[in-house]
Amino acid sequence: MAGSAPVVGVLALQGDVREHLAVLRALGADARPVRRPEEISAIDGLVIPGGESSVIDKLARAFGVQQSLRDRIADGMPVYGTCAGLIMLADEIRDAIAGQQSLGGLDVVVRRNAFGTQLDSFETDIAMPELGDEPVHAVFIRAPVVESVGEGVEVIGRLDDGRIVAVEQGPLMGTSFHPEVTGEHRFHARFLQKVADSVASHAR
Amino acid sequence: MSETSSTSIHGTSRVKRGLAEMLKGGVIMDVIDAEQARIAEDAGAVAVMALERVPADIRAQGGVARMSDPDLIEEIMATVSIPVMAKARIGHFVEAQILQSLGVDYIDESEVLSPADYVNHIDKLPFTVPFVCGATNLGEALRRINEGAAMIRSKGEAGTGDVSEATKHIRTISAEINRLKSMTKDELYVAAKDLQAPYDLVVEIAETGKLPVVLFTAGGVATPADAALMMQLGADGVFVGSGVFKSGNPAARAAAIVKATTFYDDPAVVAEASRGLGEAMVGINVADLPAPHRLAERGW
Repeated sequence: MAGSAPVVGVLALQGDVREHLAVLRALGADARPVRRPEEISAIDGLVIPGGESSVIDKLARAFGVQQSLRDRIADGMPVYGTCAGLIMLADEIRDAIAGQQSLGGLDVVVRRNAFGTQLDSFETDIAMPELGDEPVHAVFIRAPVVESVGEGVEVIGRLDDGRIVAVEQGPLMGTSFHPEVTGEHRFHARFLQKVADSVASHAR
Repeated sequence: MSETSSTSIHGTSRVKRGLAEMLKGGVIMDVIDAEQARIAEDAGAVAVMALERVPADIRAQGGVARMSDPDLIEEIMATVSIPVMAKARIGHFVEAQILQSLGVDYIDESEVLSPADYVNHIDKLPFTVPFVCGATNLGEALRRINEGAAMIRSKGEAGTGDVSEATKHIRTISAEINRLKSMTKDELYVAAKDLQAPYDLVVEIAETGKLPVVLFTAGGVATPADAALMMQLGADGVFVGSGVFKSGNPAARAAAIVKATTFYDDPAVVAEASRGLGEAMVGINVADLPAPHRLAERGW
């Protein structure tokens, strides 16, 4: 991997894979869909897309992807999860379906479908100074929220009522909403910077 | 509904189309009770369609097919945490109002039920809940999108277990999109006339080469191979109606169709998923169905 441009995977088991690939490629990344253990060992960073977290979990276990991903996360690979992807990264899930597992890594408790049904899905503007002056236009679709965070977790974004919807912990990032569907590139750019840093530190 | 912010907006086109984007690569299964809904969720369905009778039974029993009992829909909503869809009759905007008030995640304005209006479809734009509609060709798909559909499913022929119509409809839509892509600007005016579709949408398709909403396929999918075929033909995901719960081993078949939909381009995985599933639904050849009994011809 050293010496060539970093390779970024988008976990392509189910969900809005295409939108993430488009944003990553627009930012100049070498982005590709991944869904097999051998493909996961060949990437420098990963995006876990929006989708149905219970389905992504099931398929990840059925095809040996869960262990590969847990190993890479433990090794410090940068991973960014949106919506279902945030759920997959959370150490603890509330309102999961029976037997649902996450990959873990982010020291947070996430509640699935925290807002209700699709009728309660919405879009709104959120100020996130970490990303610059321009507020983030965020789309929440049957979205989760972060109910509590551990010590090492930095809160990047909150709704007006204080609920946490964007977090970061070292190489891991998670958002309840979907920057990939609104033309918001700052989260992916931030993630790609983590990937570049990670590759550089491994090359040293 | 909790107010999250003074500036938050519900029911926008982006929010409605967005849920369908999140269902991509998944399988949506017809279920008629809470038990089936749980089996579907456990098998990896990305959403369930709550209805009283699967299309195969509607076909066998005949009579007028209507929106399901709200009790049944609510029981299914209480059982699973994945999205729940429900069907309204074509043009029956009151059934749609009822389904929205129940809080379903998606409404299918469906030709599988008996149409309530043989001229007009539901004006879907004022609703907060998103709609999926069937289409047999591009013009029909664009008319539905113009009325506010946030997702399209190619119709196929529901309740048959015969995938040939599904194949025909997805191929037709793809071919018509490809034709638009190759046209010059002046030809698009005539194309819009021929497709009986709004000019602006026709131009958008010609430029982007794809529908502005997610395209699933439906109607006759009964095996993992059928699902993989639909995905290879360009579908974003698959609806399975009678194919799961009219088969010998619904739980195993449902899980196998989910796997084949994700790994649609990997024959080894589809082969593995196809093993030992027991009996598929018996099915009816579409060619043996007299024309008045073809559901795909409902809707215009």
